[in-house]
Amino acid sequence: MGEKNEYRCIGRNTPRTDGLAKVTGSALFSADIQVSRCLTGKILRSPHAHARILSIDTKKAEALPGVKAVVTGADAPVRYGILPVSQDEYPLAVDKVRFIGDEVAAVAAIDEATALQALDLIDVRYEVLPAILDPREALVRDDVKIQERTQEANIERRIHLVFGDMEKGFAEADYIREDRFFKDAASHAFLEPHSALAQFSDGKLTLRTSTQVPHYVQRALSKVLGIPADKIRVIKPVLGGGFGGKGEPLPLEFAASLLAIKSGLPVRITHSREEVFLTHRGRHPVEMTLKTGVKKDGTITAVQFNSLLDGGAYGSYGVVTMIYSGQLLTAPYRVPAFSFDSARVFTNKPPCGAQRGHGGVQPRFAFEVHLDRIAADLGLDPLEVRYRNAIDPNTVTVNELRITSCAFKECLDKVAETVDWKEKRGKLPYGKGIGLAGGFYVTGAAYPIYANPMPHSQAQIRVDRDGGVTVFSGASDIGQGSDTLLMMITAEALGVPEQSVRVVSADTETTPVDLGSYSSRVTFMAGNACRQAALEIRDHLLAACAAQLARNQKTLTITGGYLFEHGKEEPLMTFAEAAVLAEAAGVALCAMGSYRPPELAGSYKFGGVGPSPAYSFGAQTAEVEVDTETGEIRVTKIHCAHDLGFALNPLTASGQAEGAVVMGFGETLLEHHAFLPGGRHSGPNFLDYKVPTFLDVPEVDVTLVESVDPCGPYGAKEIGEGSLHPSLPAIVNAIYDAIGCWFHELPLTPEKVLAAIAKKKEAP
Amino acid sequence: MRTLKFILNGDPTETGVNDGETLLEVLRNRLGLTGTKQGCDQGECGSCTVLIDGKPVLSCLTLAVRVENRHVTTIEGLAEGGKLHPVQVSFHEKGAIQCGFCTPGMVLTAKALLDRNPHPTRNEIKEALAGNICRCTGYKKIVEAVEQAAKMMAEKADG
Repeated sequence: MGEKNEYRCIGRNTPRTDGLAKVTGSALFSADIQVSRCLTGKILRSPHAHARILSIDTKKAEALPGVKAVVTGADAPVRYGILPVSQDEYPLAVDKVRFIGDEVAAVAAIDEATALQALDLIDVRYEVLPAILDPREALVRDDVKIQERTQEANIERRIHLVFGDMEKGFAEADYIREDRFFKDAASHAFLEPHSALAQFSDGKLTLRTSTQVPHYVQRALSKVLGIPADKIRVIKPVLGGGFGGKGEPLPLEFAASLLAIKSGLPVRITHSREEVFLTHRGRHPVEMTLKTGVKKDGTITAVQFNSLLDGGAYGSYGVVTMIYSGQLLTAPYRVPAFSFDSARVFTNKPPCGAQRGHGGVQPRFAFEVHLDRIAADLGLDPLEVRYRNAIDPNTVTVNELRITSCAFKECLDKVAETVDWKEKRGKLPYGKGIGLAGGFYVTGAAYPIYANPMPHSQAQIRVDRDGGVTVFSGASDIGQGSDTLLMMITAEALGVPEQSVRVVSADTETTPVDLGSYSSRVTFMAGNACRQAALEIRDHLLAACAAQLARNQKTLTITGGYLFEHGKEEPLMTFAEAAVLAEAAGVALCAMGSYRPPELAGSYKFGGVGPSPAYSFGAQTAEVEVDTETGEIRVTKIHCAHDLGFALNPLTASGQAEGAVVMGFGETLLEHHAFLPGGRHSGPNFLDYKVPTFLDVPEVDVTLVESVDPCGPYGAKEIGEGSLHPSLPAIVNAIYDAIGCWFHELPLTPEKVLAAIAKKKEAP
Repeated sequence: MRTLKFILNGDPTETGVNDGETLLEVLRNRLGLTGTKQGCDQGECGSCTVLIDGKPVLSCLTLAVRVENRHVTTIEGLAEGGKLHPVQVSFHEKGAIQCGFCTPGMVLTAKALLDRNPHPTRNEIKEALAGNICRCTGYKKIVEAVEQAAKMMAEKADG
C-alpha cells in the first residue's frame, strides 16, 4: 500500500454524491415517489400479546366504497425469515398473533382515511392465550408455546462453546471475579419510517422499498409470493437511516406487494412512527454473567460468559445475535481460555434483531465494566490492564478468529494521551470522572446469510465514449455514504476525476448482487469488488492503447483523466479519447469485479459466525459530571480513537463515528424500549423514547487510526458500527470514577444514580 | 373542502383542502412538494419543519387553513434563482448530511436562526435546533455547518 499523498481521490474529505439533492429536497425517499393511481395501504395489527385467530371476516371492509383490496394471512401462508434457521414469520398472521402490533390483515384504498375506516370494519375473533413477557419465564414455561417449533419451553436456540483449557485458566488465576449485567432493549429510531411502494403489471412485481438488503427482500418475495425472482424487481430509493432496522424482509413489503397484485394498482404502505417502534428488530435485552480469572498484574487467564437473550416474538437475526454475544468477547484482549453458554428465548413482544454494532454491544458493555472492577479490586490502572492484555496484529484468537491488521494499542495510546489519563483518572473532584473502554468489530461477515459459494459483492463498471464512467453496484447506500466511497475508489483505481464517475446502486434489475448494508461489510466487500473491476478496465484500456499507439503497455498510465507515457509531461490524450481508441479497436470497456472472503470458519459448530476478513479496533474515553443532588449525569466529552484501516473519506468516516458514539451515549442514559405489564409498548413515539438531541449530546472528538489492512480496499476496514461499542462502558466507568458507584444495568437513570449514592452512604 | 390561497416559495398558490388537513399533507400530497418529510406526524422530530412568514413551524401540527394569505417556504424554495443558500452549501461541504431525512427541516430551522441572529454562539445554535432530531450525525457536523454558514453570510454582507 502506498502513502496517502500518492492518491488523487481517496483519503480526502469528499462531500456526498447525493448531498446537493438532499439539501434541496429533490432526493426521493420511498415515500416521496409519486405514481398515478397509487393506493394507500394500511395494516391491521393485533391488540393481543398472544392469541389464536378464530376467524377473520373482511366482507364489510371489502364492501366499503374506495376499498380496492383486502388481504389476510390466507393470501400468502408461506413462512419466511432472514435466517434459514428461523423461517418463522408470515407476511400476515396465520392462526396466531404473537405480540401487540403483530400484522393481521392489510387494506388498500383510494386514500388513508378510507383505508383506516376499512381496518375498523375487519372483524377478527381471537381466543386470547397466556402471554409470556419475562425471558426467565420463557426459559422454563412449557405449557405456553409462542413458536411451535421450540422443543424446550420457549427457547429458540441454545449454544455452549468452550475454547482452551478453562480449568487450567482459572487454576492459574490469582484472582477471580464474577458479575451480573443487564442491558435493556433499544430501538434504531431512524428518522425515515419504513415505506414500500409496490406495482404489479404484466406478471412482474416492482417494489421500491426502504431496505438495507434489496437482494434478500427479492429472495423472500419470490419464496412467499411464488413468483420467480426474475419477475421481481426490488429498488432501494434514497434511504433515511437503517442501523439494522431495515436489514431484513418486513411484513409491510409483502403486504404492499400482495395488495398491488390483488388490486392491480400501485400500493404504498408507509409506517406511522408507532408502527416503526412495533416493527422494531432492535437491540435484544440481554442478561449476562461474567466470570474472569486474572494474574496479579491483570493478565487474563480465563473468561466464562453466560447470556440470556429476550428475542421477542420471532427469530429475526436472533440466532446470530446470540452467537455473536459470545464470539465477540475474545478480542481486543488476549483470552487464553473462553467458554460461553447462551440462550435466546421467545417472548410476546416485538421481535428483536440486529442493531448497529449487532451482538457485541451488550457483552462489550458488560466486559469493559467487569474489567474495570477487576482493576479496581487489584489496585491496578484500567489503562494498564487493557494495555497488558491488548492483542497484537497477526494473531489468532482462542475461538480461531484470524486477526490481521490491528492498531488497538495505538487507539489506547491516543485516547489516554488526549484525555490526560495519568493526571486525571482517580484524581478529579467528587462528582467528576473519566472512564475508558475498548472494543472491536467485524468488517463484514465471512459467510453469507444463506449458504452459497458465490461472491458477496459484485460491481460492474462501464466506460462511455465521452469518458464517463458508470458503476453498477448492488450495495445499498443507507446514509452511510457508500455510493460516494464507490465513486472515489473507482476514480482512484481508474485514474479519472471523481466528477466523471457516477454510481447506480441497489436495484436488483440493473445492478449485480451485493448482499446488503449490514455487519459493516460494504466498504470492504463492495469496495474491493469495485476496485477490481476498475483495475481490469484500466488494463483493457491500456492494452488497447498500447497496441493502437505501438507503445509498450508498461510505459502507459492513466492519471487525472489523461493517458500519459512514462517520463513525458504532456499527456498523449484524454481518457475519453483513449476510450474511443480502445472501443474502435473492438475492446469492450466494461468489467465485472467481485469479492468473496477467504475460508475463515472455525473448526467447530457455529464457527461460521464471528469470523470476518478483517476487524476494526477502537478505544474511547468519556468525561462525566454527576450532579449528586439530582442524580443527573452530564457526559461532557467522549474521545474516540478508531482503527478503521484506512480513511478513504475522512469526512464521512468521522461522521460515522460521531453518530455511533452519540447512539451509544443515548442507549446508556436515555433510550428505553420498554413495555407495560400486558405487553403493550410503553411509548412508541419520540417523546417517550428519548433519542439524544442537540442539547443532550457530549462533545465528540474522533481520531482516525490507520492500520492499513492487507486485504481491505486501499487498506480500509470499517468504522460505522465498531465505534459504538466502547461508548457505553466508557461512560459507566467514568461514572464510577466520579462517584465511586458501579452500575451493571442500562439504561442508567438519575433515579438509579441517586439510589446508588444513598446506598453507598449507608454502607460505605 | 375549501379553497386555500397562500404564497408558496414566492409563488401565489391555490389548492383545495379539507378542514382537517395539515400543511404537511397539503404540501406532500396535493402540491407534490415531497422535500418536506413526515418523520413522526406528532410534532416530535422536526423533519416536517417549514417556514411560515420566515419562522420555523412544524407542518405536521399546522392545519393547512392556517396559512391563508401567508408566506410558506419549503426546502424546495430556499435556493434563490438556482443559487444555493449558504446553509445548504455548508451542510453539503461540512458533511452535515448522512441519510438526509432530517436535512430539509434542519436546514430551514438553521436558516431562520441565522436570519434573526446572524452571529449565534454554539449554544444558541444548539438551542435553536434542539427540536430537530438527527439520528445519523451526532450533530457535531451540523453545528459546524451552521457556524460556517454564518461566516459565509457575514462575508457576503460585508462584501
